[in-house]
Amino acid sequence: MNKTAKTIKLSGSYILLILLAVSFVYPIAWVVMSSFKFGDSLFSETFIPRRLTLQHYIDLFVEQKDKQVPYAKWYWNTLKVASISMVLGTFIQILTAYAISRFRFAGRKTVMSTILVLGMFPGFMSMIAIYIMLIQLDLLDTHFALILVYSAGAALGMFVAKGFFDTIPKSLEEAARIDGASHMTIFSRIVLPLSKPIITFIALTTFSGAWVDFIFARLILRSKENWTLAVGLFELVNSFTSTEFTLFAAGAVLASIPVALLFVFLQRFLVDGLMAGAEKG
Amino acid sequence: MEHPIRTAHMTQARAHAKTAAILSVLGMGLGQFYNRQFVKGMLFLAAEIIYIYYLITSLASNFAGLITLGETPTKLQKVGKLYKNVAGDHSIFMMIYGLVALMFIGILAVLYVINVRDAYRTGKLRDEGKEAPGFTQTVRNLTQNSFPFLLLSLPALGVLFFTILPILFMVLMAFTNYSAPDHIPPKNLVDWVGLKTFKDLLFLKQWASTFVGVFTWTIIWAVLATVTCYFGGIFVALLIQQQGIRYKTFWRSVFIIPYAVPQFISFLVMKNLLNYQFGPVNQYFRFFGLQGLPWLNDPFWAKVTVILVNMWVGIPVSMVLVLGILTTIPKDLYEAAEVDGATDFQKFRSITLPYILFSTAPLLIMQFAGNINNFNVIFLLTNGLPAKGEYAYAGSTDLLVTWLYKLTLENQRYNFASAIGIILFIIIASFSLWNYRRTRSYREEDMIQ
Repeated sequence: MNKTAKTIKLSGSYILLILLAVSFVYPIAWVVMSSFKFGDSLFSETFIPRRLTLQHYIDLFVEQKDKQVPYAKWYWNTLKVASISMVLGTFIQILTAYAISRFRFAGRKTVMSTILVLGMFPGFMSMIAIYIMLIQLDLLDTHFALILVYSAGAALGMFVAKGFFDTIPKSLEEAARIDGASHMTIFSRIVLPLSKPIITFIALTTFSGAWVDFIFARLILRSKENWTLAVGLFELVNSFTSTEFTLFAAGAVLASIPVALLFVFLQRFLVDGLMAGAEKG
Repeated sequence: MEHPIRTAHMTQARAHAKTAAILSVLGMGLGQFYNRQFVKGMLFLAAEIIYIYYLITSLASNFAGLITLGETPTKLQKVGKLYKNVAGDHSIFMMIYGLVALMFIGILAVLYVINVRDAYRTGKLRDEGKEAPGFTQTVRNLTQNSFPFLLLSLPALGVLFFTILPILFMVLMAFTNYSAPDHIPPKNLVDWVGLKTFKDLLFLKQWASTFVGVFTWTIIWAVLATVTCYFGGIFVALLIQQQGIRYKTFWRSVFIIPYAVPQFISFLVMKNLLNYQFGPVNQYFRFFGLQGLPWLNDPFWAKVTVILVNMWVGIPVSMVLVLGILTTIPKDLYEAAEVDGATDFQKFRSITLPYILFSTAPLLIMQFAGNINNFNVIFLLTNGLPAKGEYAYAGSTDLLVTWLYKLTLENQRYNFASAIGIILFIIIASFSLWNYRRTRSYREEDMIQ
């Protein structure tokens, strides 16, 4: 290829990259800008607002006469639900993955196929039933119910962790067993310390899964002070229509921060996790 | 040749296993008593007695409830001089209790099998002239050999009550007339109607036209969403990874950003961004003297919009994957191609693309299955709108999944929602199972070790 053609091709690529980058970043930049904008409407003559303000961030946390947005409460609820679900869900998932990866027992293949098939049944397809069951148990509108729903099915996502456990050499365990270590000792002293990366991965994905869930949260949580961020922000733009957009923008920015941070932290695990998910173990 | 006396002795001795097993079939624990394992026998016997007690006192009536779903409706009754509302049977409670009773019977069946097998095995030990293990020994064996079951018991419990029970319940619901306005307990009873819901869904005019319409759009959507994100991701990855492009890390980070924003935020933002009247996108159009597009207001444009917006959140995922795969392609393949004078496009077609396709094919199918159920994008972006007159409780961008959600939460047509859920499950499960059976890990699992 001659030099001119190469330059043209490269310049073309750069132009494309810039155009794409702008269209990818624009919506996010727009929300951030809106959150600092005076007034409350979507409309703005300029991309960078003429006057900047922190008022919307303050409004989120200060009680107001005309509209009630218990944002701090929502944030706290979300944090609580996501953290507890993370602990319980990770625990359950690790137990399942470990049992299935390291032991050969009767019905093991059946258990695996069952987990696979049940996992395909998207959680919210059994939504109707769970909803009715929660009414009967008088658990509707509680965070406990939400945590139960998030962590009870955690076992079904065990394939990635199982794939990880599969790669820990059996010889390590066998050596320990010769030294007289019990199953429990082997699990807690040998396997768990080796599994830090996968435990971190599962914990963080479970956390962000609960943090961003909209479907179940909206189904279960009824009263305003019990809402999580997803429900609260949805209702904020939906019920006040678009007139409260700047307030929503400020709320959205704050709600995205933990997930974005987790994401930066998770990046290096992400590719492995995605690929393992593709291979199912 | 075997010794005749010894053979006779063996046949007689073999009777231990058989006798113990038969006794255990007759009554749980009896075989264990015969094997002189008294503590274990007592435990089994106690379990059976408790089961029989509950079977008589409550399980039996729960079964009956599952079959009838209640007979006395709630009604006004004259008590003395006043009319009072007398509560009747609550069909849905009865259905749940009936299901729980079924599960208890299932557990009993499992216990029974364990009991018979245990009696048989211990009997066999005795046949071989060995001592039947004592209770302490049994407990020790149990904690050693059943460790995986111990680990799995808590997860199994969670899955049983929050996945399996709801699924069974949902499947049953599809065969009833549980729906507003006439069959919502406790006011009214619910009845079994067999396949009527499915028939209505497929043949009753309004339901059938909605079902066919929504189903077709769901498939079109899933195909387009998967293909656009997949090839979009490949395209962006290749663009960044080109020779001569500088600041690769920077570009990569820029394109990952949308992935790091929670979906409930990005879709709500997009919805406002594309607002016909006030949204900035149309404002820009108008600035250039153009009309602006009816992004979410016109049935056709709304469909285009959901696919475009989905690309925005989906391309980063594929890009990350493809970037990972690109680094694993051996460099000498390209060098060899260069020697042969291949053009860039030829290199892409015969080296890069096959490599990427090969490694991501299973993921592609999973993404397709996931897109069939992509609830967030539709619900948060369009909520199924714009409305479509001839549809029953659905709009023109509704997927089967969001239709199911609306039927449940907004309209209480539980039976139709359940039937749709079952159909969706069959579609997705067949795709995923087919896919899973082909993966290496299923077939050669033990070779990793």
